[in-house]
Amino acid sequence: MYNSSILNSKIFNTFLISALFLLLGVMPKLSIAQEKAAEGAEKPFDPKEVVFEHIGDSHFWPVSIPLMGEHFLSLPVILYTDKGLETFWSGHLLKEEGVKEEPVYKGTHYSYKLEEGKIHAVNEAGEVDKAAKVYDFSITRNVASMWLGMIVLLIVFFAVTAGYKKRAGKAPKGIQALLEPVILFVRDDVAIPNIGIKHVKYMPLLLTIFFFILINNLLGLVPFFPGGFNLTGNIAVTMVLSVIVLVVINFSGNKYYWKHIFTPDIPFWLYPIMVPVELIGIISKPFALMIRLFANITAGHIIVLSLISLIFIFKTAWMSTVSVPFVVFMDMIELLVAFLQAFIFTMLTSLFIGMAVEEHHH
Amino acid sequence: MDLVTPALGLVFWTTISFGILLFILGKFAWKPILGALSDRERFIEDSLQKAEAAKEEMSRLTNENESLLKQARAERDQILTDARKVKEQMIVDAKELAHKEGARMIELARVEINNQKAIAMADVKNQVATLSLDIAEKVLRKQFEDHQKQDELVSQLLKEVKL
Repeated sequence: MYNSSILNSKIFNTFLISALFLLLGVMPKLSIAQEKAAEGAEKPFDPKEVVFEHIGDSHFWPVSIPLMGEHFLSLPVILYTDKGLETFWSGHLLKEEGVKEEPVYKGTHYSYKLEEGKIHAVNEAGEVDKAAKVYDFSITRNVASMWLGMIVLLIVFFAVTAGYKKRAGKAPKGIQALLEPVILFVRDDVAIPNIGIKHVKYMPLLLTIFFFILINNLLGLVPFFPGGFNLTGNIAVTMVLSVIVLVVINFSGNKYYWKHIFTPDIPFWLYPIMVPVELIGIISKPFALMIRLFANITAGHIIVLSLISLIFIFKTAWMSTVSVPFVVFMDMIELLVAFLQAFIFTMLTSLFIGMAVEEHHH
Repeated sequence: MDLVTPALGLVFWTTISFGILLFILGKFAWKPILGALSDRERFIEDSLQKAEAAKEEMSRLTNENESLLKQARAERDQILTDARKVKEQMIVDAKELAHKEGARMIELARVEINNQKAIAMADVKNQVATLSLDIAEKVLRKQFEDHQKQDELVSQLLKEVKL
């Protein structure tokens, strides 16, 4: 009686479906691990390698198809070298199964090969050429997935805009009704309380930041292709966002903002301490934004991957009975974090902008 | 250390991509969406204000109607009262008039009767006088057929006259 009610309950079904999806995502890795195990104990499972491979960037886009193994999509490699521009597909650098050496691709200017995921120019002997200057502007997995997120955003918000045009002055419907409360939340609960009447000018930036972070957080949580990347947990991405915020804050700063930094209302002999502190504050505020988003998202991905790795460390599928519930739990938390971090980034950005444009300083 | 070293390529592409995204969404999504939202909010606020005004107008009209009705009712009552008064007055007046007329007619009748009576009486008197004279003449004529009797009478009359 009691058991049947549990089996029929909605929570249990949801749990089962989530577990199934997670297992599907994990399945290819499982099969790889089995292959590796079959090869013998020469290469033990290294969770650190798996985790860092996932949270870092890559020149390949892994596609996991359940029961068919893992495939790698080629991405364009764009190199700016001291001899000129160089473009080719990353597939040329893909290491084949069972081969230990990284393949060398001979380009027009240099020969290249991957070393720890990074492209280096190599000489005839296959050693890294230190003299050659190679700047990597490749469309990496993170760039590609960022574009994917952007396309999703554009499609979604063009649909929303079309909804507003079609039903001008009427009640929202469909995706428009789904996202209107979120847009209103950003405007009424994030921008207006912090910035006040001047919020109108900053709404596009705040909304774009919010939805950019949110969509990439959420797509990053999808465990299979084309999701599962770690874009908002990449320091380069959070740095760019923070620098944009830094620029916007300081370009919006009015005379009160600058007065507060250079001539605060304190005894003048405190200036040698306070002015440097305030100057550091200019940098430290966006810096905190950068680190917060990066650390939160990366940490979530590391925890989920570590829990999955437990299965391969213990080399038994039974471990999944422990790992999977924990992963489901973590994914729920990550779902919350995805919203929370997008909210906090936007919230703090509008708070800093609000401080910069505030008219009357105490 | 790789983890916290921003990759140049990703920084470059993120800057460009985010800039383009900001531009496109800002121009083609946020602007119309926020515009539509504020338009709708303004419309709702206007509608609420209009509803409030209409409600006030309505209550004002109701008050006015009520006062009009009250006034009309008072007027009607006044008219009715007046009419009743007029009616009573008319009845009273009519009665009085009738009384007066009656009295006058009775008076006239009486006068007429008296007149007629007087006339009749005068007539009768005349008739009686004529008749008496006739009779007296006839009697006298009979009486005075002999002288003796005439003398007797004269003497008798003379006796009767007392000086």
